[in-house]
Amino acid sequence: MLQQLATLFRYRLLIQSLVSRELKARYRGSVLGFLWSFINPLLLLLTYGLVFTYVFPGVRSKTVEPYFLFLFCGILPWTWFQASIAEASGVLIAGGNLIKKVLFPAEVLPVVTVFSNLVHMLLAVPVMLFFLAWEGRLTWSALLFPLPLLVQLVFTLGLALIFSALTVHFRDLRDILSHVLHLWFWGSPVLYFYGDIQGRFRAVLRLNPLSHVLVSYQQMLFAGSFDHWRGLALAGAVSCLVFALGAFLFDRLRDTLAEEV
Amino acid sequence: MARPAVQAHDLAKVYRRFLHQNQFKTLKSALLTGSLLTDLRPDQTFTALDGVSFEVPRGCTFGVIGENGSGKSTLLKLLAGITKPTRGRLEVDGRVSALIELGAGFHPEISGRENVAINGIMLGLTRREVEQRFDEIVAFAELERFIDAPVKTYSSGMYMRLGFAVAIHVDPDVLLIDEVLAVGDEAFTRKCLDKIGEFRRRGKTIVLVSHSLGLVEKMCDDVLWVRRGRKADQGDPKRVVDAYLTYVAGGEEALLRQQVQADAQAPPPETAPGEAGPEGGYREGRWGSRAVEITQVRLVDARGRERHVYVPGESLTVELHLRAEQPVDDFVFGLGLFTADGVSVYGTNTHLEDWRARRLEGTARVALTLRDLRLVEGTYLLDVAVHQKDGTPYDYHRGLYSLRVKSRVKDVGIYRPEHAWSFSGGVELEPPRPRPELDLSEEPGPEA
Repeated sequence: MLQQLATLFRYRLLIQSLVSRELKARYRGSVLGFLWSFINPLLLLLTYGLVFTYVFPGVRSKTVEPYFLFLFCGILPWTWFQASIAEASGVLIAGGNLIKKVLFPAEVLPVVTVFSNLVHMLLAVPVMLFFLAWEGRLTWSALLFPLPLLVQLVFTLGLALIFSALTVHFRDLRDILSHVLHLWFWGSPVLYFYGDIQGRFRAVLRLNPLSHVLVSYQQMLFAGSFDHWRGLALAGAVSCLVFALGAFLFDRLRDTLAEEV
Repeated sequence: MARPAVQAHDLAKVYRRFLHQNQFKTLKSALLTGSLLTDLRPDQTFTALDGVSFEVPRGCTFGVIGENGSGKSTLLKLLAGITKPTRGRLEVDGRVSALIELGAGFHPEISGRENVAINGIMLGLTRREVEQRFDEIVAFAELERFIDAPVKTYSSGMYMRLGFAVAIHVDPDVLLIDEVLAVGDEAFTRKCLDKIGEFRRRGKTIVLVSHSLGLVEKMCDDVLWVRRGRKADQGDPKRVVDAYLTYVAGGEEALLRQQVQADAQAPPPETAPGEAGPEGGYREGRWGSRAVEITQVRLVDARGRERHVYVPGESLTVELHLRAEQPVDDFVFGLGLFTADGVSVYGTNTHLEDWRARRLEGTARVALTLRDLRLVEGTYLLDVAVHQKDGTPYDYHRGLYSLRVKSRVKDVGIYRPEHAWSFSGGVELEPPRPRPELDLSEEPGPEA
């Protein structure tokens, strides 16, 4: 794993320029350009907000008000996670030309998808902070925000490495993964409040590392006080394991990638 | 003595034959052992390269030749580190840059400028180095006017030129080139060759995979010939290229022979002479009354061996085997030689040369020997016929037989007269190194 980290560090310049290329290329030619980084999460927010305010008003938690703002704190990190994994699963196949024809460290590609989606999220964060400040909810605990971010980064990187390499060998994974991610979304406290959930489902939530990350964001930003240390620390430990597994798996499959893509 | 730039020992590369079968099996073995092949039966794999060993000394320009599918590109991919050898040991010393697929990392949506920066970093430059070399790269690619346009608007030539320019400015210790010199017009190709020449002068190591044997012979110090994944020969470029050419001619020979056999087994449909092309074009076919029939046509060399590939200056004998059911006394034997696109090279018959026909009955053999085949390289078609004096055909075979002439000299036209240069006064030329034509008379074809 340390070796993997060293490799990534060595290629930081490459990762950096590929991330900025991704960002430049993504909205090239669209009228609103970079503004889409702000508009996308806002529109998503609006959709869920409207559904749970007007269609199923009884379903949503009454403990978290204003609901839109609560939603904001969870949906940005979730979108980062979900988009990263979905893109990473296809990134080696899409970049097959590079892997087959250029001496190119393949792990750079999934890492770039994770980081470029991170930048997308970070671009929308000021909007979120603005609304939080508007509502007077920002406290010092918001400064802890980088902690769950780091945990989530490690976790996402690990999974991105795993799924990017496995999809090359087993392409059905891409389709399976899109449904798994959907299920995962409903199994993570994004739309609902973690504290509202009781019984067996709560145990499921507790096993999901992303729950703890999301709860941390919500506490730090929305609630203005943070006490989920143990959960976050556990999630951090699991994330490191996932990353180590991802690094190991990717290393094992590396030599076969150029042939299978 | 410095370490060689490339050391390859017993290199082998085995691929999986059916790419999208046995997914679970290969994934499992890949996970457990890091190799795709452990659980596969031998018939599910394909050996692209099988036990090739060689060394490339530092500063050497090393050529790799061989037919399509012989394993050249696999070898280059191994050298570039893109794939790992299944077996054997490979050491490459120094920074490697591979001109395998030019502009492989370009992103179509962003400008040439940004692509150069990213491509350079991808190939191992630092941002600073890219900046320093940027102007030079753009000037080399001759794209000053378009460098800020998105790469998707480039023509394929522009795209390749930019890719080549970046790759060559990486300043590698070992440069791998795979048949990429056909990227631009004449002038750009010239420029690429000059750049490669500059590399040689600066003592860099170059590995060049090419089908352009002239180029290989001219540029390389050492040539490796790969045949079906194995090393067929290595050494002095001229010798190896000659050996390869002889081998290829043998392959062509076998191919032409097969064709002749196939033609003999399935005689072409009867055609009327009037139908030989509405515009009078050259069409192959066969027509005639068959009162006299040409049963077999053989092309044989001076030693009487049947051959279809010749070098200029050799002797070619065209042998006709005939059968006449009833005796005839009015017959003419004729032969015509045409280029592949139907231009008449030579034609004659017994009547034109004043042989008077007396009698033809039963079976007979007629042979015409062209003692000195003074033709330039190319494919030629043969007409053979037996007809009456007034031209009424008994059996006319138009363009049914072909032969190939191969030559070391790439002169043009059809006919190569016996010729000699002479110079006098204030002119000085270095005479060509003596280069005998290939000797095809001994070497049987590989499939023979």
